[in-house]
Amino acid sequence: MKILVCVKRVPTVGGAITLTADQLAIDTKTSGFTISPHEECAVEEAVRLVERFGGSVTVATLGPAVAEEQLRACLALGASGAVLIETEPGLEVGPIATAAALHSVAADGDFDLVLLGNEASDTGDYQVGIRLAHLLGWPAATGIKALAVDDAAGSASASRTYRGVLETFALELPCVVTVKEGINLPRYPSLPGRLRAKRAAITRVPGPAAAADGDVRMTSLRVPDAPKKQATVLGQGAAAVPALVDVLVGLGVIS
Amino acid sequence: MTVFCLVELDGAAVEDGPAGVSDVSLRAITLARGLAASGGLAAVVFGNPTVPDLAAYGVTDVYAVSGIDGYAPLAWARVLQRLMSESGHAVVAAGTERGNEVLAHLGAITGLPMAANCAQAVDNGDGRYAIVRQRWAGLLLEESVLDAPTALLTVATDAVSPDPAEAPASVTVHHVAPSVDGSDLVVRAVETPAGAGGASLATARVVVGGGRGVGSADGFGPLEELAALLGGVVGVSRVVTSEGWRPHTMQVGQTGTKITPDLYLACGISGAIQHFAGCSGAKSIIAINTDPTAPMMTRADYAVIGDLHAVVPALTSALRQRGSTSE
Repeated sequence: MKILVCVKRVPTVGGAITLTADQLAIDTKTSGFTISPHEECAVEEAVRLVERFGGSVTVATLGPAVAEEQLRACLALGASGAVLIETEPGLEVGPIATAAALHSVAADGDFDLVLLGNEASDTGDYQVGIRLAHLLGWPAATGIKALAVDDAAGSASASRTYRGVLETFALELPCVVTVKEGINLPRYPSLPGRLRAKRAAITRVPGPAAAADGDVRMTSLRVPDAPKKQATVLGQGAAAVPALVDVLVGLGVIS
Repeated sequence: MTVFCLVELDGAAVEDGPAGVSDVSLRAITLARGLAASGGLAAVVFGNPTVPDLAAYGVTDVYAVSGIDGYAPLAWARVLQRLMSESGHAVVAAGTERGNEVLAHLGAITGLPMAANCAQAVDNGDGRYAIVRQRWAGLLLEESVLDAPTALLTVATDAVSPDPAEAPASVTVHHVAPSVDGSDLVVRAVETPAGAGGASLATARVVVGGGRGVGSADGFGPLEELAALLGGVVGVSRVVTSEGWRPHTMQVGQTGTKITPDLYLACGISGAIQHFAGCSGAKSIIAINTDPTAPMMTRADYAVIGDLHAVVPALTSALRQRGSTSE
């Protein structure tokens, strides 16, 4: 199987999000960078499929030159090829243009499967995978937490839960599947993997030069006001239980 | 001009009788009603909805779609495309697995932009919409401009409160049985009952949360007992699932489930920012933690300083005694 996994470099968000002075980006002076947990699972799923059926995993990202760091992290986990669709630092490319750029990589790779995270953890647009599938003319399933591939039959079964119901989608390969954390438990990179990743060649192609017209246009970002709550301390240890019961009654949780 | 709202029903496969409108769709309709202003507000339902529920929220037209067997995201998007092509100036859905998926298909087949997980949307009247939408699952808000002949929006499930109209609308019900191209049905859900997990967590009125402080897989017994007494379910933080103490379906947070209960009782959870992204929709939060400076303790409404292993069994026992004496 030939599998393409699409990932995105995002800041590692810790205790609180702080913005740059112009309110147009997250201040990343002191933060590291990563890919989202959903995407870590997409990489893991691809590597497991190739371990089982043979083939190769290619990882692609649209981002600045430094996004090479995320591609090498994926190479260390078992991907064998990497494509950087390079954009100017600080340029934010919307989901329509992102899907078009990924399409140029996906269309000429003879892939059987394209995996993405269900949504990027930063912009959360929930649409790049589906737009890519339409450009390729392939079927798509999103939010998937269990994936079974039958390589010989050229088909896959993908499922997710929706309001207490298990939804299972039968797909013909090639197809696009977006996955969520929980589909697997990603491995840690091995030492040989890290060494291989250091030396691996990365294919660089130019990305969009400017944010495209016709997409949602961000004008500013803001951190939502944290509710100015002063927690009412009900007491210490088990001695607080009578006060706790009164609160539960007051909230209408018990009568 | 009409605003169309994709409405999801409670109970995914209701055979007979009308089904209730899901809470997340009432939230989406509330936002859509603001965009509709004096125009029509149409609910598009794949199935048989309880019409009075929709009238109470100001819906003027119900399009009850039949003839599509089960959930088929692309076929659903085609139906919305046909409806909006006549008179639509916005199509709104809840920011659920289905709502985001169907509107992304609609965006792809029409070439229109789609804004996911909106908290606010205002029609500027010049063909542009001023949007506030969630990034980082709501930890950050994006203000943006949507410039499109038809606005495609999903509504964050925890950002808009369901708010009935001042007066119920009078509703016209249209029965729609569209002809569907077979290629739009290639991807279709086969539905089977799932075990308890994400879905009941998303709709539970009471959630008892457990984090690192629970200490082990076995430590969850008392939390489950308390949750059962309160008519709720147990949710967990990310460390609990990465330790393998509980399955990922129980995870609350940015990459797990977003909850909107009346009460979130967070036990031994320090409160990572990604966890708040999942639980900030709770009406009230009570935190139990040994560390009074933990973020969860300072952002809760009520706090108990102490070890959950002492407080939770004592609370359970007090509730049982109270139950037996009040009878």
